[in-house]
Amino acid sequence: MIKSIRITPMLYIIFLMLPLYWLLTMALKTNTEILSGFSLWPKEPTLANFKTILTDASWYSGYINSTIYVVLNTIISISVALPAAYAFSRYRFMGDKHLFFWLLSNRMAPPAVFVLPFFQLYSSIGLFDTHIAVALAHCLFNVPLAVWILEGFMSGVPKEIDETAQIDGYSFGSFFVRIFMPLIGSGIGVAAFFCFMFSWVELLIARTLTSVDAKPIAAVMTRTVSASGLDWGVLAAAGVLTIVPGAIVIWFVRNHIAKGFALGRV
Amino acid sequence: MALELSDINVQVGNEMHLSDVSATFDIGSFNVLLGPTASGKTTLMRIMAGLDVPTSGSIVINGSDLTGIPVRKRSVAFVYQQFINYPGMTVFDNIASPLKVAGVSRSDIAARVEKIASLMGLMPMLSRKPLELSGGQQQRVALARALVREAELVLLDEPLANLDYKLREELRAELPKLFKETGSIVVYATTEPEEALMLGGQTILLHEGRLLQVGTTPEVYRTPRTIQAAQTFSDPPLNTAWVKRSGFVSKIDDIDTTYESADVLADGTYQIGFRAHHLMLQKPHDNALKIKAVVVTTEITGSETFLHINASGLQWTALVHGVHHYSAGDSVSVYVDPRNFLTFDASGEACMIEAA
Repeated sequence: MIKSIRITPMLYIIFLMLPLYWLLTMALKTNTEILSGFSLWPKEPTLANFKTILTDASWYSGYINSTIYVVLNTIISISVALPAAYAFSRYRFMGDKHLFFWLLSNRMAPPAVFVLPFFQLYSSIGLFDTHIAVALAHCLFNVPLAVWILEGFMSGVPKEIDETAQIDGYSFGSFFVRIFMPLIGSGIGVAAFFCFMFSWVELLIARTLTSVDAKPIAAVMTRTVSASGLDWGVLAAAGVLTIVPGAIVIWFVRNHIAKGFALGRV
Repeated sequence: MALELSDINVQVGNEMHLSDVSATFDIGSFNVLLGPTASGKTTLMRIMAGLDVPTSGSIVINGSDLTGIPVRKRSVAFVYQQFINYPGMTVFDNIASPLKVAGVSRSDIAARVEKIASLMGLMPMLSRKPLELSGGQQQRVALARALVREAELVLLDEPLANLDYKLREELRAELPKLFKETGSIVVYATTEPEEALMLGGQTILLHEGRLLQVGTTPEVYRTPRTIQAAQTFSDPPLNTAWVKRSGFVSKIDDIDTTYESADVLADGTYQIGFRAHHLMLQKPHDNALKIKAVVVTTEITGSETFLHINASGLQWTALVHGVHHYSAGDSVSVYVDPRNFLTFDASGEACMIEAA
């Protein structure tokens, strides 16, 4: 009985981890070994695949580009969402509930819908193939999400704290930065995490809006078919490196993530 | 020198939350705002603080109009019923925050915070965060923050309501003394008549957004101007009855009892009211009226007994000393001295000023 209680989750975890494990072993194998048949672990482990990525500019620039627009997007999304979420959580105004819902409905449209208008718009104003273009395009999805998450966290802070700060003589700005933001710190962290993750994994818009200078890593990975076929090992190594930033960020927000999924309403 | 409210009206939609409230608060005075829940106490305090703007009317302090001045430019402190502190700051920083914003020098801040903290018994926990403290200590921090600023106007909105009994008694005794030294106008809102009597000072009676009566606390208690004022300032509730007067003789129809009084009053129908502790189980003297009643319920608090009785249809409450065991349905004789009756005319206005 006790054994089966332990075994079931173990099997499930193994099932979940299998693709990750396979990716990691592939990254450590040579192409010959990958193609030569079934092997559970690398017979001749090699770091050559990682070396290729970290030394070849066409590979590592993909990571740099992705990081730049993801960070840009996170900063823009959070700094725009903070005042918006504060307004939604503290004030009643005409149509506030509809506007709030409409914001979220932006997330319901698949990114593909917006690819064409974004491509045409950014091409015509000269933003095509720039980091800011991708960062701004991702705001369409991330700002609503960040507003939702932050509004939940802000509504958990009693309004009386705002008033007490006013009475104590704080200006709105210093109240917001010195008192209010520390109180919703975990909310800001969680919102930033969601923005980061979405922007990091989003491929369609990022690939369409870039060609060379701002090409993201995910796009680089899809263009590795060469005359000699697929470079399996290097591709797997790139995959491993793509997972790393997300894993690091998750580590930082791990204690707040449940609250974040509930949009702060726990 | 004083704070003056004149004709304050607050209308939300079609509802009047406050209507024509006018009152004067002297500098250094202790004022109790007494009224049941939803009587407009908090609304009035928020307007006095500047957190809300009245629909019409004005607030003048020492001759200068405050009505449109934003909160952060005013010299005011506010303590809520909930314990509101800045959770991220230590107790010291919480108390110091209004001084820091006001630009008081560092050494001055330390001295003033320490003085208030030792007064409030907060010295051992200055470096802790508010949420690590007990409820009573948290509220002391909030009160300390209100004290340290020495604001012109200190608003306390049921500050002791969420505290346990013993702590409430303790702080209630301390509060008027603490604020006496600062020379602030203190306004203390409460729903409990007993609390108002213990705090003393000036009492402002509010009921459904209307100001019923203003005066020194004993005066308002003893000589309510309307039956509503008497009811608001009575806990347990005021016992009432209708009487018919002809000459010096009044007759309480429901219980078929008459009594004589020496004052001059036109013949007609009147309302009388008297407080629960004036209804006794022993006959105090020969002039007392004897009333036969049936016990509805008894509540025993330890040294006192609340006796809810039905006297031929009149629902009355007697507050008597000692423990008295009665079962529902028991017959009982109660006594009341007519001199304790407050008499109001048919519309509820007080007729004469005489009560012990």
